[in-house]
Amino acid sequence: MTNKYDAIVIGAGHNGLTNAAYLAKAGLKVLVLEKNEYIGGAAVSRELHDGWLYSNCSYVCTLLRQSIHRDLNLSRHGLMIIPIEGNTAFGPDGQYFAEYPDPAMTYREIKRHSPRDASAMFRYEADLTRFAKLIRFFLLRTPPDPTSFKPRDIKELIYMGTKFMEMGEENIYEFMRFLTMSAGDFLDEYFESDLLKASLATASIIGTALGVYSPGTAYVLLHHVMGDVDGSLGTWGLARGGMGAISNAIAGSLKEFGGDIQTCAEVDELLVRDNTTYGVRLAGGEEVYADIVVSNLDPKRTFTRIVNKNDISPELRKKAENFKIRGSSGKLNIALTGKPSFPSFPDDNLLQKGSFMFVDSLESMERAYDDWKHKRWSRTPFVEMTQSSCFDPTLAAPGNYFVSCFIQYCPADVEGGWTEAKRAEFADSVINRISHYSPNFKDLIAHVEVRTPYEIENEVGLTEGNIFQGELTLDQLMFNRPFPGFAQYRGPIKGMYMCGSGTHPGGGVSSACGANSAREILIDLKRNKIDGQDVVPKEHEDA
Amino acid sequence: MPDTEYDAVIIGGGHNGLVCAGYLAKAGKKVLVLEANDNVGGMAASHPFADGYTASVAQTLPQLSTRLIKDLNLKQHGFELAHDGLPTTALDIDGNHIQINGSSLHGVSDQDNKAYLEFIQMMEKYCNAVKPFWGKTPPRIGSGNWQDNATLAQFGWKLRTLGKTDMAEFMRVIALPAQDLMDEFFDSPLLKAALSWDFNVGNKLAPRSPNNAILNQLLRNIGDLAPANSYNSGAMPLPKGGMGGFVSALQKSVESLGVSIQTSCRVQQVVVEDHQIRGVLLENGKKIECPCVISNADPKTSFFKLLGARHLEVQFAHRINRNRNKGMVAKLHLALDDLPGFNGLKQINGRLLITPSMAYIESAYDHAKYGEMSEQLAMEILIPSIQDPSLAPAGKHVLSANIQYVPYEIKGGWQQHKPALLENALSKLEQYAPGIRQRVTAHELLTPQDLEAKFNVEGGHWHHTELCIDQWWMNRPTYGASQYKTPVSGFYLCGAGSHPGGGVMGLAGKNAAAEVIKHDNN
Repeated sequence: MTNKYDAIVIGAGHNGLTNAAYLAKAGLKVLVLEKNEYIGGAAVSRELHDGWLYSNCSYVCTLLRQSIHRDLNLSRHGLMIIPIEGNTAFGPDGQYFAEYPDPAMTYREIKRHSPRDASAMFRYEADLTRFAKLIRFFLLRTPPDPTSFKPRDIKELIYMGTKFMEMGEENIYEFMRFLTMSAGDFLDEYFESDLLKASLATASIIGTALGVYSPGTAYVLLHHVMGDVDGSLGTWGLARGGMGAISNAIAGSLKEFGGDIQTCAEVDELLVRDNTTYGVRLAGGEEVYADIVVSNLDPKRTFTRIVNKNDISPELRKKAENFKIRGSSGKLNIALTGKPSFPSFPDDNLLQKGSFMFVDSLESMERAYDDWKHKRWSRTPFVEMTQSSCFDPTLAAPGNYFVSCFIQYCPADVEGGWTEAKRAEFADSVINRISHYSPNFKDLIAHVEVRTPYEIENEVGLTEGNIFQGELTLDQLMFNRPFPGFAQYRGPIKGMYMCGSGTHPGGGVSSACGANSAREILIDLKRNKIDGQDVVPKEHEDA
Repeated sequence: MPDTEYDAVIIGGGHNGLVCAGYLAKAGKKVLVLEANDNVGGMAASHPFADGYTASVAQTLPQLSTRLIKDLNLKQHGFELAHDGLPTTALDIDGNHIQINGSSLHGVSDQDNKAYLEFIQMMEKYCNAVKPFWGKTPPRIGSGNWQDNATLAQFGWKLRTLGKTDMAEFMRVIALPAQDLMDEFFDSPLLKAALSWDFNVGNKLAPRSPNNAILNQLLRNIGDLAPANSYNSGAMPLPKGGMGGFVSALQKSVESLGVSIQTSCRVQQVVVEDHQIRGVLLENGKKIECPCVISNADPKTSFFKLLGARHLEVQFAHRINRNRNKGMVAKLHLALDDLPGFNGLKQINGRLLITPSMAYIESAYDHAKYGEMSEQLAMEILIPSIQDPSLAPAGKHVLSANIQYVPYEIKGGWQQHKPALLENALSKLEQYAPGIRQRVTAHELLTPQDLEAKFNVEGGHWHHTELCIDQWWMNRPTYGASQYKTPVSGFYLCGAGSHPGGGVMGLAGKNAAAEVIKHDNN
């Protein structure tokens, strides 16, 4: 193996791989270094129990950009996204609220809970779609620096302003309001049904260390509904073969373009001379050289562990230390030997296939957050159970099932620290909650993988187990992500870049951070054009 | 236009209504102020709550400006300060108090002292950048109006002139919750909690709530009565004669300008014909004709009770309806037969805070947000009779306290729970000032519902409607009414529900008057 490359990407998460693939496409000699023996970071499929394939971190996708899918030929590398159809929220006392794939059925279902809410849903969806469409313009664009007088930044600010103005005056105010308010307050303005509100509010707290009534969560809600599957806005999908299929397809593309990936290669330090990087040193002491080094790690890890503190200013170091990356979610990945039954509705009901949410009400969700504040897992958590194998038969043998349970909230620093016993207690509390709705659930369990923020940090490398590589609050979004002045993917050291979800546009399996970062690198190298075409386009038609 | 006796009728004689009346009168308008209660001043009015003891819901004047005092000649009408900048003491149960006096701190580590200087330096920069916009009508985006565009351009310019680093930092910290901001600066839990009090007081927000901390702090620093180079957050100007002293000067001033004031005069309805304001109908059946009606009431009362939703377009009515306006603060007044002694505090000379830590404040909030009673209450205490003996009989004292968090609606109803709230508050006070219970000879406790009933403010909210970033500036109270004029021609707002919000500063009234005058001149 040679030890000199044009670019090195630290971390083979989906954004790192995307970044490397674009760089390789532009003709750079690229190496991706991964500490684990498998690639994918948090977008992985792993056989953790014989015969079952686990998407054991991220488990669904919606933000993956279509243009990236096309640019990198991901379909040819085996990627297929299957839309999830049907979504059911369970409330107390056997109530449920279902979102069917057919809008007419969903309308009738809402009407069953509240006729008023059924008509409010039209307003709600129209408003949310308008906001989503606005934000989607900015996903694949580099955030402008509002403090800069550079023509490029001013041009970009004007572009943003124009997009805002296109919404019309009234909607500009509505949007500003929406950006800063809480999801609970926002939903209260439209709906009266507790269960409906709770079901919609789930998107506002996933992965977030805030409650449904914390200002700022309305944006998080939007972040979870602005994606699409094949252009169908707000739809969620599964990657056939588990989420690892996404990483593998991108890796396939990267290799086709001539890039290399090395696993079991943990980076210890960024090598810097005269404020310019020249490569990295691995944990084993080996050095690999490149003029471009891109970090796919979260900003906290990048600037407090990989970058030597003498190579950056104390102010930046402080920014990294203050960066909010709070673990708030847990996961239970469960292999089942049969189909769990949910007696709330008949066995042949279409909904039996979909994903289930156990929520109750906005109040119970807010209380779940209060538990997190006190460093304990929620006594009545919000649990989202995705029955992945119902849509993707490759995950388990016929007759067997794989379900992925996402749990909010679970603290990174539980009172007294995480122990084996506490982990088991946490798992029991979740399984009991599910069993409350599915009496045969416990009997079907073949294997359970329990993941608290502790495991997510130690295996995947996400600090505190934060799934977004940093909280999605306004102080850490757009030109503030990860820190003011560093939102354009360039690090403080010449030749160093960032490409993880800790950069704009943030978390989720979007590949957008990786692509945006690759564009900035190629612009700096003056290599973003091949035969008059942008390697990483600035405009994307599928906004 | 038919000749009417008055050019404008103002509904509500709160301080904003009076200020608005004053500025209109100065511009030569004939103005009538109608107040439902038997005295003007609204929540800033002093009222006797026990024989010889006087108190007011509003406590101090951190937001009042010398400009307003000068414009309305308040000094000539008897306005005086009893103290120009009361310090703040963060109480510690064991007596290790922290004193915040302008820009100096006592009782904290050198590290925190140094950080505090950096903190107030930063805050002062932001205050100065934002200051010109409090006293201006909020701009409209995309209206094409040159004044709106000029305000927006000025705002952009002010931010830019902060410099690259400070501007970037401003756009970050504006979104931070108090807790994160405090954690970035300080070590002492007591100091963090005490400083964070001002970030959220009055609102349904707590130290962990994002997007609001700085905003409230900037608002508190509009005023300039405190002595120069003392940072206002620790300096609370106190008027002589209590807030009543301020209100009475204001009343005298506007009356001398020719404003008529009628108290005990409740407006039943605003009269609208052909989408045009015609006047007001009083509860006693009398009708006063007038082409311009300005409401000092909160937005919901103004639009739904006084004007009537039938005069509004549906979408606008909906936007007013969704305003969040449930109060979260209760007010406690105690008549004391002697000065209480606080653990380890030699001299009480200002505002006292019972806020041991941010977690404590957050936990008080956690109960209130579900409509439950907090056992552990956070309190802001003032004994104004120390500086101003006229508020209590000789040798006796008045204790006035804001209690957070007290929900507007409590499970089981306030009828049932009010004694428990009083008991909680007293026992909390007793922990810090042993023996204070025996000193109490009379009390008054006002929950948000009491404030609603007493002062005709729907929701009993200090700021009339939540003061948070999504209900701020051009969104206050909502699009279509943020420039004081409303969709109904001739109907204006001038209360705390308009920009720049609550607190005794009078800017909403002043800005509204400017809009009315501008409209008349066009």
